[in-house]
Amino acid sequence: MITEPTSKYLANTVQSIQPSGIRRFFDLASSMENVISLGVGEPDFVTPWNVIEASYHSLEQGYTAYTANAGLLELRKEISRYMKRRFGVTYSAEEEMVVTVGASQAIDLALRAVVNPGEEVIVVEPSFVSYAPTVTLAGGVPVPVNTYSQDDFKLQPEQIEAVITEKTKVIMLCSPNNPTGTVLSKGDLERIAEVVEKHDLLVISDEIYAELTYDEPYTSFSAVRNMRDRTILISGFSKAFAMTGWRLGFACGPKAILQAMLKIHQYTMMCAPTMAQHAALEALVNGQKDVVKMKESYRQRRSLVIHALEEMGLSCHVPGGAFYVFPSIEKTGLSSEELAEQLLMKEQVAVVPGSVFGESGEGHVRCSYATSVQKLEEAMRRIDRFIKTL
Amino acid sequence: MDSKERELLQLIEKNGRLETATIARLMGISVDETKQILEKLEKEKVILGYSAIIDWTKGTEEGAVTAMIDVKVTPKRGVGFDKVAERIYRFPEVKAVYLMSGVYDLSVSIEGKTMAEVGRFVSEKLSTIDSVISTTTHFILKKYKHDGLVFSDNDEDKRIVVSP
Repeated sequence: MITEPTSKYLANTVQSIQPSGIRRFFDLASSMENVISLGVGEPDFVTPWNVIEASYHSLEQGYTAYTANAGLLELRKEISRYMKRRFGVTYSAEEEMVVTVGASQAIDLALRAVVNPGEEVIVVEPSFVSYAPTVTLAGGVPVPVNTYSQDDFKLQPEQIEAVITEKTKVIMLCSPNNPTGTVLSKGDLERIAEVVEKHDLLVISDEIYAELTYDEPYTSFSAVRNMRDRTILISGFSKAFAMTGWRLGFACGPKAILQAMLKIHQYTMMCAPTMAQHAALEALVNGQKDVVKMKESYRQRRSLVIHALEEMGLSCHVPGGAFYVFPSIEKTGLSSEELAEQLLMKEQVAVVPGSVFGESGEGHVRCSYATSVQKLEEAMRRIDRFIKTL
Repeated sequence: MDSKERELLQLIEKNGRLETATIARLMGISVDETKQILEKLEKEKVILGYSAIIDWTKGTEEGAVTAMIDVKVTPKRGVGFDKVAERIYRFPEVKAVYLMSGVYDLSVSIEGKTMAEVGRFVSEKLSTIDSVISTTTHFILKKYKHDGLVFSDNDEDKRIVVSP
């Protein structure tokens, strides 16, 4: 807690939020040398060259001004075609879409557009670290629902029922999930949809990892029967197209909600960066072959890591998507934070303690396999050596 | 060629030194099966060999000069360009020979220790072959990228060590 005299000026909401547990770990790992990091939540590929080149070209042509608030119409039209082609969902480029500064901003816009003070938002944990704080900042109350490894970290509909009150308004879903890699199947989503419909809820579906599924075709929540008008679909370019630093995402949803989000976006952001929008356009038009190549490489490395963890005797459900494994570390007798810290100190391997992703993340660590095969193999050797010393 | 063979080839094309056990894990198949596929592909000469890509300008006094030579030839009746190509590629100095479309016929890559050595090869060996009508020699001044690999050191991981 900040205790300087000026802290009295801080807003209560902001004071109530803790900095992410990931931060402390970042500081620790940054101070060390020879670290192999499995703690990185982004692709190890550089953005495909044609995408970078398209951005150069746009700058050379002088496209340095604002775009429309919702984003370049040409880009939105392309997003609309892409969403139809890849996921079978239809959104109007003119009225049901906004291009944002990363999927993160889209989540913020969505929450601020629909949450009244005191209304409850169900956050499925373990989850991406931003969801609950963003709900709080929007004036809402985050209500965590835990998922467990014995269910492959899949949300069970009766768990939603158990926490629903008259104040419940939104469920935040993320499939494929960060940090567990769990993918919800069409059947899983349909069962969740029944509860959503029964209790008249809205779903913010974070589908940023949708392109990265390895075992079965992806189903968007918005494609589930009767769910389109109850879904704010969030996605972006960061993961599939290796464009994290460009900060470009988008949201699609029913007109009234998207127009409300656009209103906030218009007053607080104006528009997403123009050069990044030109890059994204190229990514959608000519980038699918690179997505396929990168995905293939993640799939291979997933297999490598799962094998290695199995051999060490660390149990791990096979994650269907994203680029994370979330093994159980129960047999080590250490808490996730203790393990992560000791592993870093003794063997210079950085993993992220599961506890930073919520209470039910405890007993697990997140390892990203978006790292070279050589580094992954070395990291696995080091982890194995570490575990044997316990 | 089936999809496993293709996947294996793509893996070792990128890194010929991948161990069999690693390939097996990446592909999610057994080590035995991996060995079988490798042996089959070697036997069928789909895999012709394994070589390293070396930046000879680094850490060695021995320079190497590479030239690409456009060669115009008169094809021989019955055997076309193949016989001439063979006469050329049998020389150990010749690193590559391709039949080209366009204004010349064969593209020949030569490697030597000095420009003079390459020059001697062209004037004494290559241009004296019967069917060779003309040669145009281009010396390579600097290699930026070869076989998909960039000759620079700027490939370190630029990501922050831990991120959500």
